[in-house]
Amino acid sequence: MASISLQGVAKHFSGGVAALLDFSLDIAHGELLVLVGPSGSGKSTVLRLIAGLDLPTSGRILIDDQDVTGVPPQQRDLAMVFQSYALYPHKTVRENLAFGLQVRKVESARIDERVREVAKALGLDSLLDRRPAALSGGQRQRVALGRAIVRSPKAFLLDEPLSNLDPTLRIETRAELALLHRRLGATMVYVTHDQEEAMTLGSRIAVMRDGTLEQVASPMDLYDQPANTFVAGFIGSPAMNMWPGTMIHPDGGCRLVGVRPHDIELASTGVGDGAGRIEILEPLGPATLLHVSIDDATVTRARIVVPPNTRLAIGDRIAFTIRRDRLHWFDKNTGKRLEAP
Amino acid sequence: MTWRVLRRCAIASMVAAILFPLYWAAVASFTPESQLFGQVDLVPARLVFDHYRAVFTERALGTAVWNSLVVAGATTLLCVPIGAMCAYALARLQFRGRTLVLASVLAISMFPQISIVSPLYLLLRELRLIDTYAGLVLPYLTFAMPLTIWLLVAFFRQIPRELEEAAFMDGASRVHTLAAVVLPLSWPGLATTAILTFLYCWNEFLFALCFTLGPERYTVPVAIALFRGQYQVPWGQILAGALVATLPVAVLVFIAQRRIVAGLTAGAIKG
Amino acid sequence: MMALPALGLIGVIALGPVLWAMWESLYLHDLRMPWLGHRFIGLQNYVEAFSDPRFWGAIGHTVVFATVSVTLELVFGLALAIAVDSMRRGQGIVRTAMLLPWAVPTVVVGLVWRFIFESPAGLMNTVLAGSRVIASPPIWFADPLAAWTPIILADAWKTTPFVAILLLAGLQSIDRSLYEAARIDGAGAWRQFTDITLPLLMPALLVALVFRAVDALRVFDVIYVMTGGGPGTATEPIAMYAFSALLENLRFGYGSALSVMVFVITFLLALVAIRRLGRRALVEPVS
Repeated sequence: MASISLQGVAKHFSGGVAALLDFSLDIAHGELLVLVGPSGSGKSTVLRLIAGLDLPTSGRILIDDQDVTGVPPQQRDLAMVFQSYALYPHKTVRENLAFGLQVRKVESARIDERVREVAKALGLDSLLDRRPAALSGGQRQRVALGRAIVRSPKAFLLDEPLSNLDPTLRIETRAELALLHRRLGATMVYVTHDQEEAMTLGSRIAVMRDGTLEQVASPMDLYDQPANTFVAGFIGSPAMNMWPGTMIHPDGGCRLVGVRPHDIELASTGVGDGAGRIEILEPLGPATLLHVSIDDATVTRARIVVPPNTRLAIGDRIAFTIRRDRLHWFDKNTGKRLEAP
Repeated sequence: MTWRVLRRCAIASMVAAILFPLYWAAVASFTPESQLFGQVDLVPARLVFDHYRAVFTERALGTAVWNSLVVAGATTLLCVPIGAMCAYALARLQFRGRTLVLASVLAISMFPQISIVSPLYLLLRELRLIDTYAGLVLPYLTFAMPLTIWLLVAFFRQIPRELEEAAFMDGASRVHTLAAVVLPLSWPGLATTAILTFLYCWNEFLFALCFTLGPERYTVPVAIALFRGQYQVPWGQILAGALVATLPVAVLVFIAQRRIVAGLTAGAIKG
Repeated sequence: MMALPALGLIGVIALGPVLWAMWESLYLHDLRMPWLGHRFIGLQNYVEAFSDPRFWGAIGHTVVFATVSVTLELVFGLALAIAVDSMRRGQGIVRTAMLLPWAVPTVVVGLVWRFIFESPAGLMNTVLAGSRVIASPPIWFADPLAAWTPIILADAWKTTPFVAILLLAGLQSIDRSLYEAARIDGAGAWRQFTDITLPLLMPALLVALVFRAVDALRVFDVIYVMTGGGPGTATEPIAMYAFSALLENLRFGYGSALSVMVFVITFLLALVAIRRLGRRALVEPVS
């Protein structure tokens, strides 16, 4: 299993589009690193650069401390699981799995053995002689995975592998992927736009926006200590409330204060940090999400999460208190994280 | 509901209008010479094979058919492999001037053939290739090659890039990918291109007219265009020859109509 | 790389000759009179052409033919495409029928239609006289104007179905739900046509227009077998005049000049068209 390192990598496409700007990231061997961000953030570009499918405009890419920037994808010994799976439609599942080994001129007995091994592990052994067109979405996804595993590559690159699956299947497969990672001890670079997926899978998460790295940290660090307003708003669902600092503290003039919906409590006494009227009430199951319009003129809405059995209705007036130990302060102009005033 | 009936009638009559001239020509080719004009017999009383016999014995149409087959076949066999390589490079590889090359390929296919007749004629005369097979295949390449390239570029583009990228990740070189992934998936496109190229060559007239000198090397279109009668136009034989010329084409169309449409639309309407 | 052999071949075989033809057009080269030699006479061939009434006649014939033909083909092709598009079953059979005229050799088309219009007792005249629509139908091929009718009919017969197939493909790529949304919004059939079909079909229409126009300007086969350019030179298109000069009169210099002009006209049109269609429409960006 390899370590991967990107140093000062930039990628500009013809037409002046800058997909990546001065991007640097180190991925330790055996780590599952998730690249997350909105579309257009450059995360797929990073993956393709690591794979060698695109060349960086500047910067270096290292695998196991060896400069592979000029090395073609064929020789990097990485495996990629594409978003669309990219299974060879004219080959059977068996042939799809075997292809990578055949190219490397592994002897056929060994190929057979390995294919059977992987197929069994992924539950594909009854499907070996089918063509991709005859498989369900979930089965195709497993074949794509199998194709990568069969080669025992230095690292796995996964490009939104779950986004084409149904929600229930997605969660199931997510868990299987986590198990797989533990079992193989493999280095994995995983791209997704779903922050929930990122939080549950990654040992470390790299949040990207517009071609730059906003923050890279463990899931809980990202949640508890977001480095700027973007990360704060992106990680965690429902999204963090972002209010002018004066709401909490008189000195908070040039600051923003972020409060997560979970960190706001309803004040049973009717008096608290703020009050307002419930505009929208969303029962989520394990909790209920309230959208409250606040009396304070400088702030329009608050998102508050309350326990599910709270008796409330649209139009009710409520008061709430904010947990002071769970505040996040940001500079109003730069969006960067600040210490409490 | 009358709208639907009207539409069906309209389509039926259009199809009839399309097929009628061919039907009429076919009927006429089986009609004795004396009865060709003056009467309109939609269904002939009896069929006469004289014209067909004459066309093959007196007018050596058989030789012309053979010539057409050889020339069209050779051109197709040459164009498809070479064109495929060029098309793959144009469709997938990044190199400067790619757009220019593609645009020129398109532009060349729009050359009026008459414009290159004179220099080609002089060139072929120098090479002593007038009235030979090579002397036709070579000029045919001028329109067949751009056609093949254009069509195949469109077909190759239809293959998702990610499939080739997956092969690269698996370790396959470009050539290996071409052989193991791209070609197997594009064989319908290759077949269509071959069919279309063959059709264009079979139907070609101007070059064949200019670069052949006698019935020995005439292709079918030229042969029937030059049927001359002693006293009058030998319509019976001309139409018999026309039917012979059309038969292979019709067969190809019947077998491969879906393919042909796919090829025409892939080439003409991008994507 | 891989592209080179193919490109090299075309380059030599196609580009070369065009350039050569241009070169040749600057010379006096009459193969009938080899003693005159191969003298450089500059643009004299072109000057001769511009004052040659037969040349202008040919240009006129070609332009008029192209305009009428292409218009007919686009209009009827569109109508046919729309009709076929609305068929739910049997499209395959109709498509096969539509392909036949396109696939048939042009000379066959010309000959068959000539047969139909042959006077005095060809099918057309027999039917016209018999149904008393026209009391005495003209001798089509003897009349300089009437001769165009069978020619244009033949060309339209051959290419309208082809245009229809192209447009049909374009029609079928239009999302059906657009029409449904329009119907819900209250738009009638004509409105749907002008606001949805026409705009979305425009790229396909333009492609069909360009290809057909370029082909129509180069017309040769059909007219050669139907009228040979006659009566006299009344139906002679420019491509045929060049042919006549080259291979019948063996005036290679002059013929080359004529053929260069055909080339220039078509090429200019093609360029304008390619520019209009946009480089995006023609060359998909590699993403």
